[in-house]
Formats: sequence, C-alpha cells, structure tokens
Amino acid sequence: MAKRIDVSGLTAYYGAHKAIEDISMTVEPRSVTAFIGPSGCGKSTFLRTLNRMHEVTPGGRVEGKVLLDSEDLYGAGVDPVAVRREVGMVFQRPNPFPTMSIFDNVAAGLRLNGGYKKSELADVVEKSLRGANLWNEVKDRLNKPGAGLSGGQQQRLCIARAIAVEPKVLLMDEPCSALDPISTLAIEDLMGKLKEQFTIVIVTHNMQQAARVSDRTAFFNLAGVGQPGRLIELDDTERIFSNPSVQATEDYISGRFG
Amino acid sequence: MDISTHKTHTGAPAPTPRPAASQRKHAARGATRLGDRVFLGLTRGSGILLLAIMVAIAGFLAYRASLAISKDHGNFLTTFEWNTGQQPPVFGIAVLAFGTVVSSIVAMVIAVPVAVAIALFLTHYAPRRLSGPISYVIDLLAAVPSIVYGLWGALILVPHMNGLFGWLNDYFGWTGVLSWEGGPPRSMLTVGILLAVMILPIITNVSREVFRQVPRMHEEAALALGATRWEVIRMSVLPFGRSGVISASMLGLGRALGETMAVATVLSPNFLIKASLLDPGGGTFAQNIASKFSEASEFGRDALIASGLVLFVITLLVNGAARMIIARRKEYSGANA
Repeated sequence: MAKRIDVSGLTAYYGAHKAIEDISMTVEPRSVTAFIGPSGCGKSTFLRTLNRMHEVTPGGRVEGKVLLDSEDLYGAGVDPVAVRREVGMVFQRPNPFPTMSIFDNVAAGLRLNGGYKKSELADVVEKSLRGANLWNEVKDRLNKPGAGLSGGQQQRLCIARAIAVEPKVLLMDEPCSALDPISTLAIEDLMGKLKEQFTIVIVTHNMQQAARVSDRTAFFNLAGVGQPGRLIELDDTERIFSNPSVQATEDYISGRFG
Repeated sequence: MDISTHKTHTGAPAPTPRPAASQRKHAARGATRLGDRVFLGLTRGSGILLLAIMVAIAGFLAYRASLAISKDHGNFLTTFEWNTGQQPPVFGIAVLAFGTVVSSIVAMVIAVPVAVAIALFLTHYAPRRLSGPISYVIDLLAAVPSIVYGLWGALILVPHMNGLFGWLNDYFGWTGVLSWEGGPPRSMLTVGILLAVMILPIITNVSREVFRQVPRMHEEAALALGATRWEVIRMSVLPFGRSGVISASMLGLGRALGETMAVATVLSPNFLIKASLLDPGGGTFAQNIASKFSEASEFGRDALIASGLVLFVITLLVNGAARMIIARRKEYSGANA
C-alpha cells in the first residue's frame, strides 16, 4: 500500500524565479513526515512537486527526480493525472465541492475512475468516512451539501475524499491552519491512524503539531528574500526538537530566528 | 426583462437602518449626516422612479390593450389572423407567440452550447495571448447594431442557407420539423440562427466572467483527485458556474424574444403556423409591431400594443422561471465557499 518517496536534486521554479533548490530526501512509508520552516522557504512548493501539482501553476516547472518506490514521477511519458491518483492531497482551506452532497464528495474520485456499482460506492464511502473519523457525525445526512458542515468536519470530509481512492501517499498542506484547536486535535488523532496505511507528508507552521504528529521532521530555510529555499535538515522528530545537528534548526525551533 | 431584478433592489430597504447608526456615530458632524441623507434620498428616489416607470409602462400597455381586445371579434389568444382594419376587426397573437418562442428556442439551442464552449476555451484552454484578442472580438460583436445583423442576415445568410436546408431536408426531413418545400429560406430556422449569432456575445461574456471566478481551490480539489482538465471543468467549473450561465442565457433570451429589426429584415412573415422550421412564414411580436405600426390606425396601434403586452408577460414569466431554477439549487450554489 504505502510507498517510499525518494527525492533527488529537485529544483522548482515559478517562471524565472527559483523557489526551491537541490532538495534530496527520503520519506519512509507508513510514517508521518513534517515539513517546517519560515514562510516562503518553499515547503509548500516542495510538497506540491510530490504530486505534480506545482506545474499547474502558470510558469511552474521542476527539475530533478521524485521516485515513488522505483517509479520516477517526472519520467518521460508519466501522466500527471495518474500521479495524482497515487498521491492524494489535502489543502490548507477545506475545499469540498460546494455543489455536491457529502456522499458525492467522497465518491467524486471513485467516479472519475468509473466502474463502481452503486453498492460498492456506498461501501467505499462509508469506509472512507469511518477512516476520516467522520462517519458518526454525518451518516444521517449523506445527501446534504458538504459545504454545510463545520470547518473541521469539512476538512475531515476532504481527507475522506482523498483516501477514498486509496492513494499510496497523502500530502497535507497546513491542514489545520484554518481550524479551531478541537478540530485540529481531531485531525491530529486521525493522522496517527492514517499512517498505518499511508505515507503521510504534512506541512505545518505549528511546531508543537510537528512534534506531536510526526515521526520525521524536515526543516527548510532560505538564505534571504528572493533566494531559493533549501532543505536544512531531516531527522527523527525527537532529535530535531531536542538536539538538532544544524545551528539554524535549533535557532528556528527555539524561536531565535530572524 | 430586468423588472424583477430592480424590484428586489428597491424592495429590500437595505439603506434604511444605516442612517440611524451613522447619525449616532457622526452626531457632531452635520455635513456627513446631510451627505448620508442626500445619498439615501437619491438612491431611494432612483429605486422608486424605476418602479414608477415600470408601473406606468405596464398600466399604459394594459389600458390600450384592453381598448383593442374588447372590440376583437376573434379570440385574441388563438386567432391566426391580424385584420385590424376590417369591420368587425379580427386579430390574435397565436402565430406571433408561436414564432417568438420558436425562434428564441432555436437561437438558445444554438447559442448557449457554443457560448459556454467559447467561455470555457477562453478561461481554461486558450493561452493568454490568444484569449485577450478573442475576448475583444466578442465584445465588438456585442456592439454591432441589430439592423446591421439584419442586413447581413438578409444579404449574406439567406442566400447561403439553401445548401444547409437541402441537407437537413434530405437527412432529417422525416421528422417534419426539418422538412423543406423549397421556398426561400426566410424561415424560423434562419431567424433563429441569426438571433443565435446576436445573443452569442452576451452569453459568452457573462459565462466567461463566471467561469473566471471559480475559486482556484475548487479546481485544485479536483486536480488533486486525479481529474483531467475536462473532469476538472465537469466537477468544479460547470457546477459553480451553473447559475451564472442560466442568468447569462436569460439575458440572451431576453434579447432574442424582443429582437425586432433583424427578424423583420430576414423573415417573410405570414399568419400561419408551420410545423417545419425551414418553410418560410410565421412572425414574432416585435417584428409584427415594427412592420405594421407606421401604417396602423389608432385602433390598429392599440391591437399592436396588446400584442406587446403579451410579449411583456412572456418575458416576465421566463425571467421568473429562471430565478426559480437558480433559487432551487441555492443550497449547493457554492456562494458560501
């Protein structure tokens, strides 16, 4: 199920602007890897290169290699659409399809692939909503619009939608930054459960969150405004937060940054 | 066409609570308070003026129409004739209502899909250096006066329709709707095609603006699920733009229903209802008024005004129906996202 991500020499551009430079790292399967770093350091950009979402931004392009197990996502003839079915994504702001019901939101990805019977769809929708710890809250109103849920529920609906297509990797771009602490806790609990099945990568501005949920933490930084972001350090979360090997990481974590 | 829109503007007394609050806030500053009052007066006055104009038009139409209809010796709704000069006068709007609705439907069937496709192309497929000029050309198209379209229709479109009509008759003549007896192609289909060209710009422009406003995050949600470009459009762009496209279509339909000169120059009118869209004949409200008004007697004019009243009512009904369609799906409109 879950797959390993191997990135080597990855550089991403927005037009002429180099956003991140020469990033290499390995993300282990069945673990949570957190990306931390100051705003503009390119951690979200890097995350979006992992499912080829970076290139949908006008002017966005990527150099380097991203291997999913042994398959290069940027190899010749690889269809970005197929990549995104393997590598799911949850966004900063909950974005359920506003015109669809809760059920249809979760089933949306499955319907793209087609070939599901109605009963099969219902099974997968239930399984996904249970997987996202949302089933008990919405089972009686599956036909109501997804946009009618609370922010935290919407975000879990988006997670259910993403895991319904059984991706190998789940990318989360600051999934809790628009949520209240209780909803945040619900999603953090969920991550602990999801990592048994998926490879999870999460971008967060909240260092306590990174410390709570992740097994490995990567610190990104940039030399100055307009400079490309770089990977400074990737290590076990415990080590990053107690005894990082790079001074810049320690400065950032202890708040002595900038 | 726009009556209900304006009604909602004037009907909701949004500005009224404001002055109370601002009076408290700016109690010391008389100038601001006066400014608020003047502005309130101006906006409220404009709203009331508009309502008054609409009521006056409706009242005028209804009064003059009642004069004519009371002397009509035919059935005003079902008679296939327009003889206001004879004694007793016999006239009815059946043919005009049929022709107006049919030509507008033909125009919508052709124009809406094409306009939506153009709008999608401009917003989601065309490179930026191409979408600019195309948008500009479409804006130009909207600025062409309708009489110019009429001339183009009569001098270019009509003489070139024979091929299409023959082909339609060969392959779809069996339907009855698309059969052709070989008359001059000054028929409802030609009128519909011309109207489609005329309403294309407005539908395209409004749809384009709606599609452009689809939140990026909805499109990314579909992309991240592994949707192709067409699937992104189907999952997030079209549902979001649905009500906007309906509104755009209604604007176009309003223009098609009321179009006068272009129809009058292309159609060879008569007072028969034909099943076939290809055979010449029929008429529309606006075309009938334009071609008869200058030579009509006082009574004849009243009769024409009565037909105008029916057009007025049809437009109102169409507008109301469109609003109902939009309102019914409000829960899913995406306005809260």
